[in-house]
Amino acid sequence: MDDERAKFAELEKLIADHKDQPGALMPVLQGAQAIFGCVSEDVQKVIAEGLGVTLAEVYGVATFYAQFSLHPKGKYLVNVCLGTACYVKGSQSILDKLCKLLNVPVGGTTPDGLFTVEATRCLGACGLAPVMMINGRVYGRLTPDAVPAIIDEYRNGAGENA
Amino acid sequence: MDIYRAHVLVCGGTGCSSSGSATLIERFEQKIAENGLEKEVKVIRTGCFGLCEAGPVVIVYPDGTFYSRVKPENVDEIVTEHLLKGRKVEHLVYTDHATKEQNAEKALEDINFYKHQMRIALRNCGVIDPENIDEYLAMDGYRALEKALTSMTREEVIDEVLKSGLRGRGGAGFPTGKKWQFAYNSVSDQKFVACNADEGDPGAFMDRSILEGDPHAVIEAMAIAGYAIGASIGYIYVRAEYPIAVKRLQVAIGQAEEYGLLGDNILGTGFNFHLYIRLGAGAFVCGEETALMHSIEGKRGEPTTRPPFPAVKGLFEKPTMLNNVETYANIAQIILKGADWYSSIGTEKSKGTKVFALGGKINNTGLVEVPMGTTLRTVIYEVGGGCPNGKKFKAVQTGGPSGGCLPESLLDTPVDYDNLIAAGSMMGSGGMIVMDEDNCMVDIARFYLEFIVDESCGKCTPCRVGTKRMLEILNRIVEGKGEEGDIEKLEELATTIKSTALCGLGQTAPNPVLSTLRFFRDEYEAHIKEKRCPAHHCQKLLQYVITDKCRGCTACARVCPAGAITGEVKQQHVIDPKKCLKCGACMEKCRFGAIIKI
Repeated sequence: MDDERAKFAELEKLIADHKDQPGALMPVLQGAQAIFGCVSEDVQKVIAEGLGVTLAEVYGVATFYAQFSLHPKGKYLVNVCLGTACYVKGSQSILDKLCKLLNVPVGGTTPDGLFTVEATRCLGACGLAPVMMINGRVYGRLTPDAVPAIIDEYRNGAGENA
Repeated sequence: MDIYRAHVLVCGGTGCSSSGSATLIERFEQKIAENGLEKEVKVIRTGCFGLCEAGPVVIVYPDGTFYSRVKPENVDEIVTEHLLKGRKVEHLVYTDHATKEQNAEKALEDINFYKHQMRIALRNCGVIDPENIDEYLAMDGYRALEKALTSMTREEVIDEVLKSGLRGRGGAGFPTGKKWQFAYNSVSDQKFVACNADEGDPGAFMDRSILEGDPHAVIEAMAIAGYAIGASIGYIYVRAEYPIAVKRLQVAIGQAEEYGLLGDNILGTGFNFHLYIRLGAGAFVCGEETALMHSIEGKRGEPTTRPPFPAVKGLFEKPTMLNNVETYANIAQIILKGADWYSSIGTEKSKGTKVFALGGKINNTGLVEVPMGTTLRTVIYEVGGGCPNGKKFKAVQTGGPSGGCLPESLLDTPVDYDNLIAAGSMMGSGGMIVMDEDNCMVDIARFYLEFIVDESCGKCTPCRVGTKRMLEILNRIVEGKGEEGDIEKLEELATTIKSTALCGLGQTAPNPVLSTLRFFRDEYEAHIKEKRCPAHHCQKLLQYVITDKCRGCTACARVCPAGAITGEVKQQHVIDPKKCLKCGACMEKCRFGAIIKI
């Protein structure tokens, strides 16, 4: 619980820092997403009160942008690029392979809370197509066969340091 | 300042970073120190060199030797051979895909990929350390700002931009100088300058490279714009998906403030300009200017009707002038070298250069900057090196989800705003995706529509509902359930959406379908009438067949999830098309290339 309380304290500070700045809602939501890993209804209520806007407005913004998630995501966020350059080079088969391997639909999280698989539009690494990104690290020139080994690295805890 | 006899430039752009260039830099520094060369050789992490395909890229100056796909274990050799003994490491030197030439004597500028290029917006990318303002200053950095503030009136600055003929590089190609003039003419106590760095077109990454490789170029230009239109505050709206770009911008803004090139009383002229970064949160529609401004205001990024135009009533209801990253990257050079110089480059109505992101089925994927008017053929074959693996070129897609696919017959089109529109596509932000004979054009159109349906903000009905209906039809067609009349329905929907959608994104959303219908109608007809995909791409329309190359190893039969493959050991196997799920597992497994798609 202490952990949770510390997070809310951090959120209060974040709100106080941005309160007087024009257009504060976006940076505050982005900060909250980073602190909690998602922006749940409770978090949204605190933000609405803190910034003096309605909960409806906060919810409206939170659900508009792909970056904000209302539910927690897995420890490792696997983003497969479905931008044009990657798609043309077969990234759909990378995504299919991942979903099959982890047994989750696109957007789903594995029951152990380790992996969330998502499709994204263009990571700007088109020169390495097809690519996927795991927690900010880009893997390029992929083939479906290369996917299991990469996932295993993270499963064994080695991927973070790789 | 220390003088070094050699410089090792290592690309720190996104492409090369993800292929491990950070490890290379560490290794170079370590090996150089081990060999006692630290006073003679300097390692610099630069922005993107453009030729991402060859990454990680290392260039050794003064000779300009171009090493490609360098691995950490190659570093020792480059240090001991090249840097210590002066012998180039031939086997690591870049090989030209098209000509198969590997020539250590060829400097960077002479390589086919770079030969046809003219770098104005990308002038410093891959040349300087983006996190060191001194390097930017050494490349005439902030001299244009100084010139504007100390020797030009606001009107003269606008006039120069107007005369240069520069048009918006974000896609629509509106004359930049006119935009500046409109904002200048608006009377208000507060005005804003904004930069659109919400590069959302899938397949385009020039703005990212400029921000990562030369952030000061954008900052300087925004300050000049602020002076010209009378704004003291600027916002850069960057995609959250670009963490390196955001970090380098933060560093650059901090340095510029420290040097008195941003903030109050810049260069003692009394001009104040403050710059802030705002992060996007993953919404394609925020690339549209009114939507972008709503997002900076902390609202849902939905577009609103124009007029009022942002130059009259924009951000926080104040006059706002919004340009894209690449547009800004041209400004300092225009101010320094003059409008006459700039307008001497390019075509009659499209001046200067344009950066393209070459991607897809092309040998030299990466970023290229060529004068306007260069033909598609030159860009794709001379610079890009053509399609890999001897495959046949089918189409090039320009303009992203708002653009279209152009066939072989239009490759001699000189690239500029007007020609591309006349050809049925558009410039867009400069994505150029090459497709070969294996790509199905119906599926590509479907792909773009899926993107638009995902990203439609939902505010207006034509875009929200219309594109969805189009996608449903296309989904049916690629699944082999296309019907007579589908093409006509698509055309009717497309025309309606084009003329009734609220913003530019909705109005151009049907373009990928219209252009593929125009140039590749036969592929649509084959899907609908013959239930056949000429590119052998659409899974549901394929048939897997085992040829007489089969050795009867049984690998395919064992991997088939549906038990559709039968046959005796050492005998040719057969696939039962009724049971086949068309998953392709057998084809992946076969070591003899005996399974084909028809």
